[in-house]
Amino acid sequence: MNNRLVAFLVGIVIGAFALYFFLPGPATHLTAAQPVATDAAAKKAGPTAAAAATLDLVRKRGYMQCGVSQGLAGFSNPNDKGEWSGIDVDFCKAVAAAVFGDANKVKYRPLSAKDRFTALQSGEIDLLSRNTTWTMSRDTSLGFDFAGVIYYDGQGFIVKKASGITSAAQLDGATICTQTGTTTELNMADYFRGHGMDYKVLAFEKNEESLSAYDEGRCDAYTTDASGLFAQRLIMKNPDEHLVLPEVISKEPLGPLVRQGDAQWADVVRWTLFALINAEDLGVRQSNVEMMKVSDSPDIKRLLGTEGAYGQALGLSNNWAADVIKAVGNYGEMYNRTVGPDTPLGIPRGLNALWKNGGLMYAPPIR
Amino acid sequence: MRPPDKNKSFGPMAWTNPRLRSLVYQLGAIAATIAIFTFFALTARANLERQNIASGFGFMNNTAGFGVIQTLIPYSEESSYGRVFLVGLANTLLVAVIGTVFAVALGFVIGVARLSGNWLVSKLAAVYVEVFRNIPLLLQLFFWYFAILRPLPAPRESIVLLPDVFLSNRGVAMPAFHPTDATSLFLIALAVAIVGIIVLRRWARKRRLATGQSFPDGRIALGLLIGLPLLVFFAVGAPAQIEPPVMGKFNFDGGWRLLPEFVALTFGLVVYTAAFIAEIVRSGILSVSKGQTEAAHAIGLNNSQTLRLVVIPQALRVIVPPLTSQILNLTKNSSLAVAIAYPDLVSIFAGTVLNQTGQAIEVIALTMAVYLVISLATSFAMNTYNARVAIVER
Ligand SMILES: N[C@@H](CCC(=O)N[C@@H](CS)C(=O)NCC(=O)O)C(=O)O
Repeated sequence: MNNRLVAFLVGIVIGAFALYFFLPGPATHLTAAQPVATDAAAKKAGPTAAAAATLDLVRKRGYMQCGVSQGLAGFSNPNDKGEWSGIDVDFCKAVAAAVFGDANKVKYRPLSAKDRFTALQSGEIDLLSRNTTWTMSRDTSLGFDFAGVIYYDGQGFIVKKASGITSAAQLDGATICTQTGTTTELNMADYFRGHGMDYKVLAFEKNEESLSAYDEGRCDAYTTDASGLFAQRLIMKNPDEHLVLPEVISKEPLGPLVRQGDAQWADVVRWTLFALINAEDLGVRQSNVEMMKVSDSPDIKRLLGTEGAYGQALGLSNNWAADVIKAVGNYGEMYNRTVGPDTPLGIPRGLNALWKNGGLMYAPPIR
Repeated sequence: MRPPDKNKSFGPMAWTNPRLRSLVYQLGAIAATIAIFTFFALTARANLERQNIASGFGFMNNTAGFGVIQTLIPYSEESSYGRVFLVGLANTLLVAVIGTVFAVALGFVIGVARLSGNWLVSKLAAVYVEVFRNIPLLLQLFFWYFAILRPLPAPRESIVLLPDVFLSNRGVAMPAFHPTDATSLFLIALAVAIVGIIVLRRWARKRRLATGQSFPDGRIALGLLIGLPLLVFFAVGAPAQIEPPVMGKFNFDGGWRLLPEFVALTFGLVVYTAAFIAEIVRSGILSVSKGQTEAAHAIGLNNSQTLRLVVIPQALRVIVPPLTSQILNLTKNSSLAVAIAYPDLVSIFAGTVLNQTGQAIEVIALTMAVYLVISLATSFAMNTYNARVAIVER
């Protein structure tokens, strides 16, 4: 490269930046002209035909693309046959059942914490169901819509028992391993800053690498969502050598999310989650769905589509919720199958119990 | 096809004028480039707007809120994303500069060794080149990091390399040098010595050209370089306060500490790039005809003088252009840092910041621009240097 070419390229770079900033693009006119999209508007004409049509797109394609984690026991984990399982995976299946009446019409896209948002923004996936914390900036400036909370979590630390540490307050000066692109990084910074403590963070892109870095002694502690700690401990070299510290330093409401601007698709996902919770609330289970269709309870009838046309209002069949429950059971069944007390993770319902049992799980009524 | 001389004829139609025609082509190409860029920029912006994704560079002033394990400039969780950008850039430049210096030095040594008359030395150099040139860099980084540095013992069971220099799975800990009152005096002495040496060498060269007598400037230079600072040392005391690392609760405290991620990345880049540079150096030296060496010997220069005064200066003009691209490669390859958790620009800015703000276009554009600017600046410097070493015809 000669120096003239160098100058030319510099010019191009500066030019490109100048264009991006200073051009009075059509973008400004667009925003000015458009009223805030209401659900109804989005469903009819829609400000953005392309964005508004996820449901049609999924139908036409014949399957849904669901972003999940690359491997986190209880949430989304492939077995040696490549079949995925976990509560996040079950939720993908539930949405597929609601749309197609067939829970197998899903393609899973394993995503790292760092790549998950660009995958959703770019339309590579229709739904992100990947232990993702609902935060304000993700809901607003990243351009997403959270459908609700599928698992109430909080962040914790794990250390080696041999270190003698029994409380997070003793971690002043520690090196801590975690994964990049997570709320985990931010909470940890807040926690140490708030307590006037020093720390060093070693952040890997791949979770298994941050975990093995901790396991091998590169870090003094490992931090992630408490559910993750339960899951990760299972795969450590010697699970009994580690101690989960008592402190929970954050709120991590994990939930499924979609692109903002397609209210219909967001509704489909949101009400699939509500149907799962309502089903548990009403005692509708995988094994008794058919029987329950003739139940005397109007709530159950509306849920299962034997009364009213609630499915149609979503753009689905009236059978949608029955299909969902037939495929994956109600929320409680999903929980117990994947992360509950009888699984290797053995996590008690706690915050994730129904509201009437002292937990936070509560869904608006179908009516 | 018209014969070339026809091109000179100016027809009545302006279009047949080759100068005008080429001007029109050039302008057309520029207009097309601008149109394409405008189209991309506008489309991108409209799409972002449509998806309600924030755009523009306003986010650079927002608080980052996360920690970074190695910061060369002041940084805290309260700093802005713009600051993260600078921290990442500094970390990238650190690896690039240190890596380049060592890679060029090692590459020259291996390249010369490969031409050595000593069978063992030249074969060892050849093996080095073939091994490190042919294994993908990422694998080499994994090897240095995961197989060599990570299994090292914990800080408390560190390997003692030198007194107060410790090697553990937390990296290298060594004494730090903190400036004292004598530091500036010491630096002044050093500067005086260097200026003295330059003046001396000028004078010695002039004298040699005039009288043909050589002057032992090398030895005197060395004396100045060591002597003057030593004088300061005896006069006012140590130029720096030495602070050895001491074992803290989790790791060494105090002293200077190199992260294993940094060591693995820099070492891997140096070893890999040096293999290529060695080949460039070897072919550069081989490109100088044997007659040059023979002529140099004939006028009484010894081997090292021949290499230094005759062969290398001529080889340089063959070496410098491809050397430039190796230096550029090293800088660009440093972005593999993300694989071993070294907090370079790509890892913390194009990684963490992108993820947190979701502003992929801005972040990636800025990151690409940085690599382009670093590359262009390097090219510019090397081109300028090349113009100096290139043979000037008289
Ligand atoms: N809930 C947090 C953290 C989510 C997260 O990525 N956790 C890690 C550590 S438990 C994980 O799931 N890794 C699995 C993977 O990368 O596949 C967030 O939304 O930022």
